[in-house]
Amino acid sequence: MAHWQGYELLQAVDVVAGYPGRPSVLHGVSIEVPTGGFVGILGPNGSGKTTLLRALAGVIRPARGHIRLDGQDLTPLSRQALARRMAVVAQETHLAFDYSVLEVVMMGRYPHLATFEIEGPEDFSIAREAMRATGTLQLQERQFATLSGGEKQRVIVAAALAQISGAADDGILLLDEPTVALDLAYQLELGELLRERQRRVPLTIAVSTHDLNFAANLCRTLVLLKDGHVLAAGSTGDVLTSEHIRELYDVEADVTRHAPTGRVIVIPVRRSPARSQS
Amino acid sequence: MTVALARRLTLTVSGFGLLAVAAILTSPLIGSTHISLRRAFDRAIPFADNVDAQIFFIARLPRTLAGALVGSLLASAGVVFQGLLRNPLATPFTLGVSAGAALGAMLAITFSWSFAWAGVSAAAAASFLGSLAAVGIVYALARARHRGLSTNVLLLAGVTMNAFFSALILFVQYFADFAQTYRILRWLMGDLDISSYQPLLSALPLLIVSFVSFAWLARPLNLLSLGDESAETRGLNVVRAQRTAFVSASLATGAAVSVGGPVGFIGIVVPHLVRLIVGPDHRLVLPASALFGAAFLVGCDVLARTVMSPVELPVGVITALIGGPFFLWLLVRKR
Repeated sequence: MAHWQGYELLQAVDVVAGYPGRPSVLHGVSIEVPTGGFVGILGPNGSGKTTLLRALAGVIRPARGHIRLDGQDLTPLSRQALARRMAVVAQETHLAFDYSVLEVVMMGRYPHLATFEIEGPEDFSIAREAMRATGTLQLQERQFATLSGGEKQRVIVAAALAQISGAADDGILLLDEPTVALDLAYQLELGELLRERQRRVPLTIAVSTHDLNFAANLCRTLVLLKDGHVLAAGSTGDVLTSEHIRELYDVEADVTRHAPTGRVIVIPVRRSPARSQS
Repeated sequence: MTVALARRLTLTVSGFGLLAVAAILTSPLIGSTHISLRRAFDRAIPFADNVDAQIFFIARLPRTLAGALVGSLLASAGVVFQGLLRNPLATPFTLGVSAGAALGAMLAITFSWSFAWAGVSAAAAASFLGSLAAVGIVYALARARHRGLSTNVLLLAGVTMNAFFSALILFVQYFADFAQTYRILRWLMGDLDISSYQPLLSALPLLIVSFVSFAWLARPLNLLSLGDESAETRGLNVVRAQRTAFVSASLATGAAVSVGGPVGFIGIVVPHLVRLIVGPDHRLVLPASALFGAAFLVGCDVLARTVMSPVELPVGVITALIGGPFFLWLLVRKR
């Protein structure tokens, strides 16, 4: 699909959203996810990160405002059409039955098949390519439930990549706190995997996370959410400052550069002195 | 393992299909009087003079076919409930859905409701409504606890539903006359003692509708086992799939119970054995369970008719004796 100038690939425009019977979580949030971007969504617990991601994914509908894909409102798109463009990696995945890794990855091909259609050789080769990219090819015969947390997450990423493969140059990957269940090695591995994938194929990524260094290291732009409002948005270097972190988390932090790698790192120092919670 | 699904499906259906056909053809030959299959199918002898054919087609075949139909419906309904509730221990019987269906059927029988619509008898329709009500309660529980039903909640809900519907069934029984009571009691154990094709025919429309829905549900059920939200972001219309599963599994349970009573444990024994052989893909598990369920219940009924011959046990006694320990074993093995 062509991408015209004048609007971003994926946009939230003044979105108010929440859950039935409860006060809304997002109070007029606007963000932009550009083609080929790597956007991080940061914020404390309850700030609306996951809700924003779910709204972007079309899982919940905004009470007000719009989610736009290619400049068009998301609402009239069928679930299936949307799923061919956009895949979501959930925090954790538990299966009710003992599917193999290959079967789980093949579930990503669901939106590409007609009602009674069976996966063909092309679907298998797409699945295999996605597993190769995530280093899970040698796990394909294993039962998903027997894998470690990091392996499971990579398999789910493989399924997501298989799902949006064929979306030409504008596949979108949304990840909801992908590092929560992962140890340090797997966190680095996942980050490297995403970056590598973006280097090889056109791919747009948005990720919600608590991990400031993960975000500093990977994301080109950041959105800071607080109490359902956007506190700041822009390039990672501009947004990730001590002032913003204090305002966001009530934590004093040093933002500095790690000399050997040149990466921005965040060092939380202490909780901010007690302030009136206004 | 990456053998194309089409080939695995052909293998599965022909393998389990042969088993079902063998069971259906062998079962009517077994009984107190010996008959020969060749004589029964010998068209040279007029039907009126052909005792073998009369025993085969009038006395034994309806019962065998009832076993096949009930076994097939309950086994596949079990698969659908397990997928819908994301819990491999969910079955029509343990959830209390069979009891709901039984209550519906009993009301229809006891008060002699006699309407029929599109060939569906009052008993079958009432049985469907009973199971729909019961599934509705379980489903509402599952929605209320939006992380899905844990095994504990599921089992407790099932026990409660069974107790509740059993109490209502006992209550309704007081309105039945004394002669009916003995038959009702047997039927409540799960009994295939029918001697005409009529109940089968009136359950047939329900069977067809539910099996067509099951065929459509096979792939959605695979996705649902990832969880609602993951299924939705993979392109599944989750609410539509859940509603279809909910109604069609109730239809299947209603049809089965209206014919054979609330036969227990088919919905758990059969799908588990099937998954051991074909794996978890519902596109294989559903047809395999439907066919193996038929063979399994027909086999259990042969046992029921012969272990204490000439006394015939209700088939539910046999399935409970096999299924009870099996269910406990699964429960213990889980952790």
